[in-house]
Amino acid sequence: MNRIKDAEHLFRLAAAFAVGLALFLLLRAYFVPKSFGQYGHYRGDALAELSSKPMSYAGHQSCEDCHSDVLQVKKAGKHAGVNCEACHGALAKHAEDPSSVVPQLPDTAVLCARCHEENIAKPKAFPQVVSAQHSGGAVCKTCHQPHSPLLQPGGKQS
Amino acid sequence: MITRRRLLMLLPAAAFAWEYVLAGTPELAPGYNRNEHWWGMLLDISKCIGCGNCVRACATENNVPEGYFRTWVERYHVADWHQETPEVDSPNGGKNGFPPGTDVGGKNFFVPKMCNHCVDSPCTQVCPVGATLHTPDGVVLVDEKYCLGCRYCIQACPYGCRFLNPTKRTAEKCSLCYHRITKGLTTACCESCPTGARQLADLKNPSDPIHEFLRTHSVQVLKPHLATGAKAFYYDLDGSVR
Repeated sequence: MNRIKDAEHLFRLAAAFAVGLALFLLLRAYFVPKSFGQYGHYRGDALAELSSKPMSYAGHQSCEDCHSDVLQVKKAGKHAGVNCEACHGALAKHAEDPSSVVPQLPDTAVLCARCHEENIAKPKAFPQVVSAQHSGGAVCKTCHQPHSPLLQPGGKQS
Repeated sequence: MITRRRLLMLLPAAAFAWEYVLAGTPELAPGYNRNEHWWGMLLDISKCIGCGNCVRACATENNVPEGYFRTWVERYHVADWHQETPEVDSPNGGKNGFPPGTDVGGKNFFVPKMCNHCVDSPCTQVCPVGATLHTPDGVVLVDEKYCLGCRYCIQACPYGCRFLNPTKRTAEKCSLCYHRITKGLTTACCESCPTGARQLADLKNPSDPIHEFLRTHSVQVLKPHLATGAKAFYYDLDGSVR
């Protein structure tokens, strides 16, 4: 009996620990999201949140659904592998609502030079020009049709 | 008829169910199974023309603040007598293209850079709160809601692919357009690359052309000695690129 009486302060200490532990577990259950640890040491719901972010680029499949005529022209030419939005820019809004969001036609004088202006580091096989010397100030589409840019034998494209 | 006894028995079950409703079921893109994909990227140096389309597309798609980059393009000049010490320039990350440059001998080429989505990513290992994560489909992402902005991951990334978003004050990096690839689309940079220098690769999809490419070409990853398990595969990469 005496021994237990001496150990009374230990019971108090144990009780304080138990209360602390209970509080910790309670707060932990409250603050740690349910999905934490679902896939790893992170919030599993983050994946769904990150994959539901809005898009700016519609993707060429969306473009081709409506603009199959352009696709046919493009397929036959040198720009077959170039996706629509590489030149026309991000157009997810247009794909969603084609009538009210109308994309602007790109300026070929600026657009074509981005890729085809001569640069020391470009692969040698890639077609490059010094635009100041190449066209004498005329915009590219005077001679080249951007969707199928190779000149027809004998000069200007139809 | 609901008696008092039956109600008392039903209440805990209802409370349990309500908990689940509040937690919300994570919204998966329909038909997308995270365990069936393993994403990476193929970067073909021999095709890169340094147009900067990828950098601009990435900035548009992901609202990347001006002056910060989730992907960028570097231009290398390697002199014949200094193979190990290349001169590198990347004006505004290559966002507005590159000045023509003058031929002073040696070789010149462009190198697009981005997160390597490492299998053993150093950035994930150092995050103290589990805000940097490795998805089951092999993409390294940042949970904005959990990120404290402590910058450990920015220092840990050996490729310099991370930055602190100046307004959100959270770490930011290439997400491999996770919101696009989980919907069957390619990334914004691949979508806008005119030469096919960048190609999204699904290493778990047997019909992905990446497998044929990896079998028939010599590819490298950046900093292989760090054993990060990088999944950005470079074709035709010069040894001077670090």
